[in-house]
Order: sequence, then C-alpha cells, then structure tokens
Amino acid sequence: MKNTTMRGLSAALAVAISATAVYAENIKIAFIDPLSGPFAATGNQGLATFKFAADELVNKEGGVLDGQNFEIVAFDNKISPKESLIQLQVAIDQGIRFIAQGNSSGVANALTDAIDKHNRRNPDNQVIFLNYAAVDPALTNDKCNFWHFRFDANADIKMDALTDVIAADDGVEKVYIIGQDYSFGKAVAAAAVKFLGEKRPDVEIVGNELHPIGKVKDFTPYARKIMASEADLVITGNWGADMLNLGKSVLENGFEGPIYTYYGAADGITAAFGESGVGSLRVVGEGQINPPVSDRAAAFVTGFKEAYPDTDPAQPRIANVVEMLAKAINEAGTATDMAQVAYALEGMEHDSIWGTKLKMREIDHQIIQDVHIQAHTDDVQFDYDNSGFGLKAEDTVTMAAADAATTCKMKRP
Amino acid sequence: MELIAVNLIDGLVTGLLLFMLSAGLTLIFSMMGVLNFAHASFYMLGAYFAFQISVFLGFWMGLLIAPVIVGVLGALVERYGLRRVHQYGHVPELIFTFGLALLIEELVQFIWGKSAMPYEIPEILQFTAFSIAGNAIPAYKIFMIFTSVAIFLVLLYILTRTRVGLIIQAALSYPKTVEALGHNVPLVFMGVFGVGTALAGVAGVIAGPVLSTFPGMAFVLGSIVFVTIVIGGLGSLGGALVASLIIGWLTTFSKAYNVRMEDILNGIGFTTPDPIWDSAWRDLWTLTSPQIADILPYILMVLILVFRPYGLFGKRQA
Amino acid sequence: MTQTSQISASRQAPGLSLGVVMPWLLSAAALVLLPMVFTANSAITVMNQMAITIIFALAYNMLLGQGGMLSFGHAVYMGVGGFACMHIMNMSDFFAALPLPVLPIFGGLVGMGLAIVVGSFSTRSSGTVFAMISLGVGELIAACSIIIVVFFGGEEGISGDRTYGLPFFGIEFLRQIEVYYLTAFWLMLSALLMFLFSRTPIGRIANAVRDNPERAEFLGYSQRWVRFHSFVASGFFAGVAGALFAINYEILTEENLNLATSGEILLVTFLGGVGFFFGPIIGAIVFTLLRTVLGLETELWALYVGLLFLVTVMYFPGGLAGLLMMHSPAVKMKRLRSLVVPYAKVLVPGAFAIIGAACLIEMVFHLRHAPPGDHQMTLFWISFDSHTILPWTVSAVLLIGGGWLAKRFAPEMANSYHAATSLDGGGA
Repeated sequence: MKNTTMRGLSAALAVAISATAVYAENIKIAFIDPLSGPFAATGNQGLATFKFAADELVNKEGGVLDGQNFEIVAFDNKISPKESLIQLQVAIDQGIRFIAQGNSSGVANALTDAIDKHNRRNPDNQVIFLNYAAVDPALTNDKCNFWHFRFDANADIKMDALTDVIAADDGVEKVYIIGQDYSFGKAVAAAAVKFLGEKRPDVEIVGNELHPIGKVKDFTPYARKIMASEADLVITGNWGADMLNLGKSVLENGFEGPIYTYYGAADGITAAFGESGVGSLRVVGEGQINPPVSDRAAAFVTGFKEAYPDTDPAQPRIANVVEMLAKAINEAGTATDMAQVAYALEGMEHDSIWGTKLKMREIDHQIIQDVHIQAHTDDVQFDYDNSGFGLKAEDTVTMAAADAATTCKMKRP
Repeated sequence: MELIAVNLIDGLVTGLLLFMLSAGLTLIFSMMGVLNFAHASFYMLGAYFAFQISVFLGFWMGLLIAPVIVGVLGALVERYGLRRVHQYGHVPELIFTFGLALLIEELVQFIWGKSAMPYEIPEILQFTAFSIAGNAIPAYKIFMIFTSVAIFLVLLYILTRTRVGLIIQAALSYPKTVEALGHNVPLVFMGVFGVGTALAGVAGVIAGPVLSTFPGMAFVLGSIVFVTIVIGGLGSLGGALVASLIIGWLTTFSKAYNVRMEDILNGIGFTTPDPIWDSAWRDLWTLTSPQIADILPYILMVLILVFRPYGLFGKRQA
Repeated sequence: MTQTSQISASRQAPGLSLGVVMPWLLSAAALVLLPMVFTANSAITVMNQMAITIIFALAYNMLLGQGGMLSFGHAVYMGVGGFACMHIMNMSDFFAALPLPVLPIFGGLVGMGLAIVVGSFSTRSSGTVFAMISLGVGELIAACSIIIVVFFGGEEGISGDRTYGLPFFGIEFLRQIEVYYLTAFWLMLSALLMFLFSRTPIGRIANAVRDNPERAEFLGYSQRWVRFHSFVASGFFAGVAGALFAINYEILTEENLNLATSGEILLVTFLGGVGFFFGPIIGAIVFTLLRTVLGLETELWALYVGLLFLVTVMYFPGGLAGLLMMHSPAVKMKRLRSLVVPYAKVLVPGAFAIIGAACLIEMVFHLRHAPPGDHQMTLFWISFDSHTILPWTVSAVLLIGGGWLAKRFAPEMANSYHAATSLDGGGA
C-alpha cells in the first residue's frame, strides 16, 4: 500500500504526474473500502483477497491482453460515502478504470450513482464498478445501471436459498426475524416474510423487528423476547459487532435452535463464537471453502493462508471478480474502452474456482451462482480466525434465483 | 409476569454497569468541574488490559491488575495533561478529553488491531444461576450485580466514614481552605481522578466478556454516560445511581415490549392511513419502542435540561 | 511558549482601510487562480471540500469562538440544510426553474429555521447545559435520520442531480471546475458576511456575553437573546455549507448528521484557533489536507491527527492562528528576520525528530500487522526491509538526535522570540 504514497500525493496536489508512468502497463483496479476505523478488518481482508487473487489467478498465468498485469490500488474510504466519492475522483485522476467496492450498501449506492453520472458527463474516461459485496437488492433493481456489476448474491437471492432449506424442515413452526434498522436489514426482513409466506404458509412468524444499527450495547432484552416467543429458529442480517453481540446474547440466554445469518463468520466473529456457536450458527453465502471442491480451490486457500495468516479468504467471490474481469478484458481486447469491457462482462458465463457455474445476468448485472447454507463447526479443513472453527457447506441451492424478476430498466450506451 | 422479573434483573445489570462508569465521572466532575469525555475510553482500556492479562494469568488476575493500571494511567493523564490544560479554562479542558478519547481509540487499534478480542467469561462462572420461566439468568450477571453493589458500598464508606473521604469532600468544596490546612490538594485531585478512571476500568473488565471487547466499545457507551450524570444532576453520586437505574430499566423495558406507535395513535382516535406506505407519516405509524429505545435517554436528558437544568438531584446550576 | 489570549485581536476602527480590505482581495485572487495551478479533478474536489469545511468551521466558530458556546451537535444544521436542498433538487418542476447558484440560500434558511426551533430552548444557558442539550439534540436528529426514511432516506441517504437546475448563463454545472467557482463564490460571500456579523453590535456583544455574561446583563443586554441571535446566524451559514455539500457530492447520508461529523468540526475549529476570525479557515485547510493526503499515505492518519490535536490543546490553546498571531508584534516591529536562524535551529531538527518518530511508529505497525514474509515497506520514497536493524537505527538516531538538538536550541529560540516581540528589544 505504501507504494501508492507518491502517486496519491501527486494526484491530490497535481504535482509530479509523471510518477505514474512507471506503472503504465499495469491494469489498475481501485479498491475503495474501509482500511481504517471500525470496519477496517473486513476491508483489509477483502484487499488481501483481491491482491492474492490478482497475483495468483491472473498475473502468474501471464496476465491479460499482451501480458499486462493486474494491480490493486487501495483507497481508504473510512466507510463514508463522502470520502468514497473523493477517493473515486482521485482514482479516476490516476487513470484507473475499474472500481471495486463492497462494504456498506450505503457507500455502494453513492458510488453507483456517482459513477453513472461521471460516465455520462465524461464519455471519454468512463469507469466500471465491480461491486463484490454490497447486497442491497435495489442496486440491481430500481437503481441499476450499465456500469455496475454485482458479484455477490443479493439479499433476496440469499433469502430465497435460505427459505428453501427452512421450508424443507418440517419441524419448523415458529420463526423470529431480527435485523438492523436500515435498508439492508429491512430488505432481509421483507424477503424473509415474502418467501416464507410463499413456501411455508403454515410457519408462523412470531417476531419481526428492527433494532438501531451499531447502537445496542446489550442484546439481552431481545434475547428474552426471542426466548419468550418460543421460536424454533432465528433469521438475522446483522453484521459486525451487532452480529456477534446478538448471537452471543441469544445463545447465552438459553436458545438452542438454529440461527441463520448472512454475516456470522470471520473477522473475529468465528473465534468469538467458538464452541458456543456449534450446532446453532448457520451462514448463507457463496463460495464453498469446506470441504474444498477441488485441488485448485484448496491450493488457493492454502496459498492465501501462507501469504496472509492473520486473515481469511472469507469473501471467496473476489476470485470470481478477478477471473471474470480478466476474461472480459481479453474478450473485449481492450482495457481502455469501458463500454466494450462492460458488454463483454454482461451475459458472461464462467466456471468458478469454487466449483459453481457463474452467469452475469444481462438484464440487471446480477450474478447467478450456487448459494450454500454453511454451518459453524470445528469439522473443517480450513478454519477462520485461526480458531479451529470454520464454515462447512451443508446445503446447496444450485444457481439460486436464476430467473428472479427484476425492476431494472437498463440503459445501454 | 415472570418476564417482568427477568427484565428487572437485566435492567438492573445494565444500570449498575452504567453506574460504575458514571460514579467515577461524576466524582471527577465535582472535583474539576469538567466533563471527562475520555471516561468511556478508560473503560475500554480496562477491558483490553484485562483481556491481555487474562491470556497469561487468567480472568481473576485481570480483574485485579487491569483497573490498577487504568487508574495509574488516569492519574498520569491528570498530572501531565489536564493540569496543564486547566489553566486555559474549561472549554480547552473538555476539548482535551475529547481529543484524548479519539487518541485512545486509535492507540487501541494500533496495538490490538481492529477485530473483536476473544475475551471470555471465566469458566467457573459459565453456568446458569437460576431460571425464571425458561429464561436463563447466567451466573455472570449475578456476579456483575454483586461486584458493582460492593464497589458502591466501599466507595460510600470511604467517602463518608474515613478521614481520606472527609478530606476529599472538603477539597471538592473548599480547595483553598483545605490547602491552607496543610493538605496536598493537587495530590487529592490526582488521586480522585485515578480512582474514578480505575472504576471505569473495573466496569470495562467485567463488561468486556459480555458486551464484547472491540475498538468501538467506548464510542457506543461514551455519550450515554454523560447523559446519565446530567440526568442525575452533575456531581451527585446518588443522582448518578438513580439515573443509571432509570436508564437501565427504561431501555430494557422498551426493548423487551413491542409498544407500537400505531396502537397508541389508534388508541387516541387516529385511524391508520391506507395504504400505509403511501402516507407521508408512514415512518411515524410504523415506529416501535425497540427502535427508539436507545435514544430515549437523550430525549429524557433534553427534557430535564429544559425544565430542570440542574438534573434530578443536582444542587447547583452547572 | 507564552500563553496567548483567547480574545479577538482586531482593534481596528470600523471603516475601510487597506489593511482590512487587502486580505479579502488576496483571498479572492487566490481562489480564482488556484484551479489554474491544481488542475486535476481530484485536486478541485479536495479544494471544494476545503471550502465547505471552511464555511462550516467559520459558522461553528460564531458559537465557540465568538459566543463561547460549545456545541457537540452542530452537524445537524449543516446536514438538515443539505437534505432540504437535496429534496429541492429532486422537485423536478421547481428545480428546473431555479438556477443552481441560488440553492444555498434555501439551505441556509432551512438551517436557520432549525436553529430557531432548537435555539429557542437551548440558548437559555451557556456552558455545560448548552453543550449537553446540543449533544442530546444532535444524537436525536442523527438517530431520526435512520428512522424517518421519508425525509432522510434511511442509511443510504438521498441523492439528486445538480445538472437538472435552470442553466445559469448557459452553465449546467456538469464539470467540477464550474462547481468549484460556485463554491468559491459562496465561500467568499459567506466569509465576508460572517466577518461583518462579528463587527456588528450584536457580534460585539456576543463577545461581551462570552467573557462576562453578568456584566453584559447589567449593561442591559439579555444574554439569552444575544446567544440566540448568534446561534441562529450560525445555523444559517451551516445550512449554506450543507447546500454546497449537496451540490458537490449530490448525496447526503446519515454521516452528515452524526456525532462524528459534529466532533470533527470542533476539532477543525480548535486546531485552527478559536480566538481569531481566520483561525477556522487555517484549521479547515490543514485538516482537509491531512485527512485526504495523509489518508492516502498511511492507515494511521487518524493517530497522527489525534496526536496533533492533543499537542495543540496542551501547548498552543490559541491554535495555529494563535501561533501565527504571536508573531504579529515582531512583524510590526520588522524584527521577523532576527527570528529566522534561531527558529530554523529548533524547527529543522524538530522536523527530523518527528520524521524519525513517525518512521518508528510506521515500522512497529508494519511489523505487527503486515502479512509475514512481507518485509518490504516504503517510507518517504525509500524502500527497505523492516526486519533489518538499519532503518530502526536511522529512525532512532533521527528522533533522539533531532529531539536533543531541538531541545538544546529551544531556550535560544524563546529568548530571541521575546527579544523580537517586546518593546524594549529584549534588553531587560
């Protein structure tokens, strides 16, 4: 990251522009995510995965086009929309054409909007937005645009897969839904109500509530309510400290059923749950780490852990981002004409290193892939947080929500 | 009915934890007349130190040693930081503690990184003390209650029944006179500041395992501690206790029961607009008490400041 | 260091003199010329950010510096003003008939409206009660921004498009540079108005109320009304800053309202110096540069900013402006030149000591948090292996040697400072 020092300075103050010339043959991807502050652990983990995937999957294989390498340039957005827009401008000034971001749908909303405007206002230096983790459904529905590509399954798709698994369990009678009070938490709750109503109208939703995001110190009262409702299982979209504290509190106060989560692993969460989460905690997500699907996948994880022992490849889809981008650039035959690359990327089909087929839908730029329900267990080959515990795929929904409807009206240049 | 008892206990735990923080803060306020913004940061330091010690020596040594380290740090901050800034007036003092809070958070991240620490409840306390209608009350909660009550009693005893306590009380009100009587008042101030921060440290040590030990833990609790002592009346130990308990129960109960705004509005004669998502007031109609539970203390504080600026038990105008 | 007084230093008689007008003309010229020097879009974005922060910090200082009111929730006035402007931008019919440069007036009016409501009860007292009410109201509105989705758009905020406004002499504000000149115009206008406000009787009495409320009361001024007027005016300019934010970023989120933003502006203002009108301007420029440029260089930027802030509070309570103004007697007596050598003797080694300390901090951080095997790191354009002894030695020598030299020459610097600034030439 330190080698961005000189270039960052030059861009901000517009001196010594020639310093970037040394790296001119690299294709640069701007990684705009929190690298300092409370969400830095997740940001740094994504950055490490991007760097490793770019080296391992593209650069060591000979690069793209006529041997150009991928280079990941990190920008710290401090998880602030304002700061992200400043960093976006700095990245564009440095001649970077690919923007990767994932943490916080709020930031993703700001970026997709700004990138759309930038591309309309500056047709000769357009950029592409590689959204690798922001899962607010709106990004590929009402707010979709041609330059945005989402490589994660969105909140609706994940819930669709999750409710498939819940519906298959006849023992489930009562479900409790709890989430953070903001767009994503509400999207999760709405999707859960909708899909459960369709698939298992007999299941009773005994609780559906939102709590203030990042403000709850003690989740005990919520845990009491969940206990009092006699729910069989809990669904939550919580992340970060809210996930950890809710889960711990629920388990501590005697809940024994499964807790289905979106983000209940890695970045310290797996280690903190440890033994107590075994048998309860489930995580819905893509990218099967355990058991490894192939030698190649296992080698990727092993190599990653050697390079970055303190973090985990907990967002496996990043490997897909890098591979599919390389493929699109090769197909388009250019890394400068973004419209060509975007056209190559939409509709692309690809075989992921994680064993699933991938398809980037043309109508809304939402990727379709296998979604797994994974259990928190110590029966794993690759653990998280070096804790001995990790995630193991239990159920798989193949090509989840491949024909889901979208409200996206894509405008193409 | 059983649920009420359970929530009473939960609220008591929250309230007492808050009290351990606000007791130190309110003591420091009555002494220096300044709100210590970094108080919650010392609470965080307590948790982190205790975690680090518990890795090597176990939980109980952490409980003993960590608050002492935090107290010494606090005393040093008073001696070499606050005392220097004191000459410039109250606003720079407040701003100093504000900057200190930011710096401590950065330092914690520098040393321990940004993820949560796996700081655990000691195994000897990992059992259910008793159950009320299926709701487990962990033994650790009982331990928290007893620890904080014990600390309160010891504090009360020292302040009202011992010679040191009398000197402190006198120094708070008439520092010049006490100094003239031959007591080292700056030393007393430093001591009180150290003890106050050590109390925050204790709170951190015992709250760390349940509320999780992460760099944002000071920020989450930071401003609510001020709210507590402002509601209770600045400088009043009893007020801090009452306000802590009020806040503890208020937030616990509003989280535990889904009071919906729709029911209230219907009850006083308004009809629900249909369809509700088209209404400009939809956010008001769909409001529930858990959503606003954590901002209730702020509402309470603003109301109290407007109608009774010296707080519930405060004696003088701040 | 000698202690600087918090009291505003301007003693000029009202009326136009070259000394009063010159700084304004120079600033205006600088604002016009800057984008010709720094042409990159990102540089202009940073300058826009600076301009917005300057207006906001000046507005904040109307409370803190001039009125003695410490607010912990001032971001809400800027934020709510900005949100209102965003809604205006989204009212397509109305906005299509409104030239964009007029928009900040609306932002200001909304900010002022909110300030009138809140100020009606919060300005009753100053000091801790005022600070705590501002904290409570700030938290409340920030929390509401998540709950009241209709107005605040929840956590993702609301966005709009500035280019749908009525073209202003053919300018549609598509390009950054056009937005820059709009922002710069409002910066000059707001700064001038705020300066003039501080020169009006009400601005002067605000100073009196800050310094001695009882005496001001005896003179017949209700301290509450004086505070109320300052508060409302400050709300107006905070709203203007919010509107400019809306125009620049075309999005407003909860971030614009929360406690962190409110705290940041306190930091900016105090860093620059609350005692002087131009203090917050310096603070805003320095802070924005630190945040964006230093933020690009190191993950630890917040640590350095925190340290700088604490050092400022402890040793230079007058802020950077106070530090500069300490030398105004030397300038007036034309003795500045005699200070150059003694200052260089302390500051140059001091700078090396700071560089040494920063290197040590960065290397410790690299050692602890970099992936194993990654021993290479780059500091100040030099790449080296952080696991060898040499860089540590060099940094330690820089720190200790620089620190020692600086400390050695410090008394000399202090002496020459006193000599240069005291009337008798330091003969005493």
